[in-house]
Amino acid sequence: MSPLGLGAERLHERWADGVVGISDGLGRADDFDPAEHLSVKEARRLDRFAQFALVAAGEAIAQAGWVGGVSGSGIDPYRVACVIATGIGGQGTIESQLEVMRERGARQVSPLGIPQYMPNAAAAAITMKHGIRGQSFQVGSACASGAHAVGLAMRMIQYGEADAVVCGGTEATLTEFAEASFANMQALSPTGISRPFDLRRDGFVMGEGAGVLVLEAEDTARERGATVFGEIAGYGSTTDAHHLTAPDPSGAPASRAIELALADAGAAASDVDYINAHGTSTQLNDAAETQAIKSALGDTARTLPISSTKSSIGHLLGAAGAIEAVATVRTLVTGVIAPTLGYEVPDPELDLDYVPGESRPLIASNGHPPLALSNSFAFGGHNVTLAIRGAES
Amino acid sequence: MSVTTEQVETRVIETLASFGPDQSQITRSATFEELDIDSLDLVELAQVVEEEYGVVLKGEDMKDLKTVGDAVDLIVERAG
Repeated sequence: MSPLGLGAERLHERWADGVVGISDGLGRADDFDPAEHLSVKEARRLDRFAQFALVAAGEAIAQAGWVGGVSGSGIDPYRVACVIATGIGGQGTIESQLEVMRERGARQVSPLGIPQYMPNAAAAAITMKHGIRGQSFQVGSACASGAHAVGLAMRMIQYGEADAVVCGGTEATLTEFAEASFANMQALSPTGISRPFDLRRDGFVMGEGAGVLVLEAEDTARERGATVFGEIAGYGSTTDAHHLTAPDPSGAPASRAIELALADAGAAASDVDYINAHGTSTQLNDAAETQAIKSALGDTARTLPISSTKSSIGHLLGAAGAIEAVATVRTLVTGVIAPTLGYEVPDPELDLDYVPGESRPLIASNGHPPLALSNSFAFGGHNVTLAIRGAES
Repeated sequence: MSVTTEQVETRVIETLASFGPDQSQITRSATFEELDIDSLDLVELAQVVEEEYGVVLKGEDMKDLKTVGDAVDLIVERAG
C-alpha cells in the first residue's frame, strides 16, 4: 500500500512508468478506502497504520500461496512468525484522543485508544486475522524500521525459530502535528519535491503506506511448490554513534552495513547489479550515502545503477525499508530498473549513476541471478542494508 | 430527566450498530456474545450513555449484562 495504490506489482510498474504519487508536498495513500478491505469492526479498532499493514499482509499471504490461509494450509501456525515495523505507531489516534480529552474530559477517552496507537497493533492485527502463533512483535528504528524487520525475519528463519515470517513495515503519520515536527527539524522539503541526489534537493517528502513480505525457508517453499520471487540473501546493520539526526558525513558506519550485508550474502562488490538507495532527497543523507556506497563498493560503485523509490512515493519512514525491499524484489523479478524521478541537475559532489530519466533493463553480471542492495538509514544513526538476490530460474 | 425505554433502546441499538454488527441482528434478546460485542465495546457504550443520559456505568455494572435488553433496562432504571 503506497501513494501509488495497492499492490506490489503496481508499485514498481507505476514508479518505472514515471508516476509520482506526491501531491501538495505529501505522499498520501489516497486510493485507500478501509471499507473496501476491512469489516466495520476491524476498521474502527485499527489506526490507519495498522489498517495499511493488514491489507498489505493480506496481499503478501495470498501471493505466498498458503491456500486456506495460515491455519488452513497445513503449515504449523507456531512455526510462522510476524514482525511489523513502524516508526511511530498510531499518531492519528493519539492526536484525536488527546483532543477528546481536552474537549470532553478524561472519562470520554476511548478504551480503544491504546490498542489502536500501540506500535505493535499492526503485528497483533495480522496475527489475529491469519492465525499466526509463532513469535510476533513490532520493531522500531525510525526510517530503518522496515529494513530491520526484514533482516530480523531472515535471521529467525536462519536460526530455525520459524519456517516462515510475515514481515514488513507500516506508517501513517501525515498529520499536521507530525508534519510540523519534521518541518521544524528542517528535514522536510519546503518546495514539496522529492528529488534525491539532484543538486536542488531540499529535504524529504513525507509519505504513508505499508510494505509486507512473506519470507520462508527455501526448502519448505520449494517443497510445497511456492512461487519464489527472490531471496533475502544478506543483512548488515550498524550504528553511526555520531548525531541524533544527522548522518555521519564520512558514511563509514553506513558503508560497513553494506559490507556486512554483502559478506552475509557471500557476495563480492562486483556481484552487485543494482542499489535501491535510501535516497531521501535531503542534502545530508544523499551525500553521506554516496560516500558510503563508494567506500563499500570501490570501483563497482562508478558504474552501478542506483535509484530511489522515494522519488516516486516520498519517504514512508518506518515503512520505507520494507516497501523498498518490495520494490527491489519487483526490480529483480521484472528486470526493470526504475529511475530516480525528478533527477535532472547533477550535484558535482555526487558523481554516481542515479538512473536519471527513464527506466532501463537490469543487467545481471556474470550469468548468476541478479543481486541488489536496499539501503535504509535512520534518525538515531541506525543503518541497515539488505542484499536481495533474484530467484533461480 | 426522564427517558423512555424506546428512546434508550433506539440509542443503544444505533451505538452498537456503529461497532460492527448488522443493525437487523440487534434485538432486545440478542446477546453481546452473539453480536461479537466485547468488554471494550461495552466501555464505549457506557461512555455514550454517560454523555447522553448522565448515567455512570462502571465495570461491575456491566459484567452481568448478557443481552441488549439487559443494558437498555439498566440504563432506563438508572436514568429514572
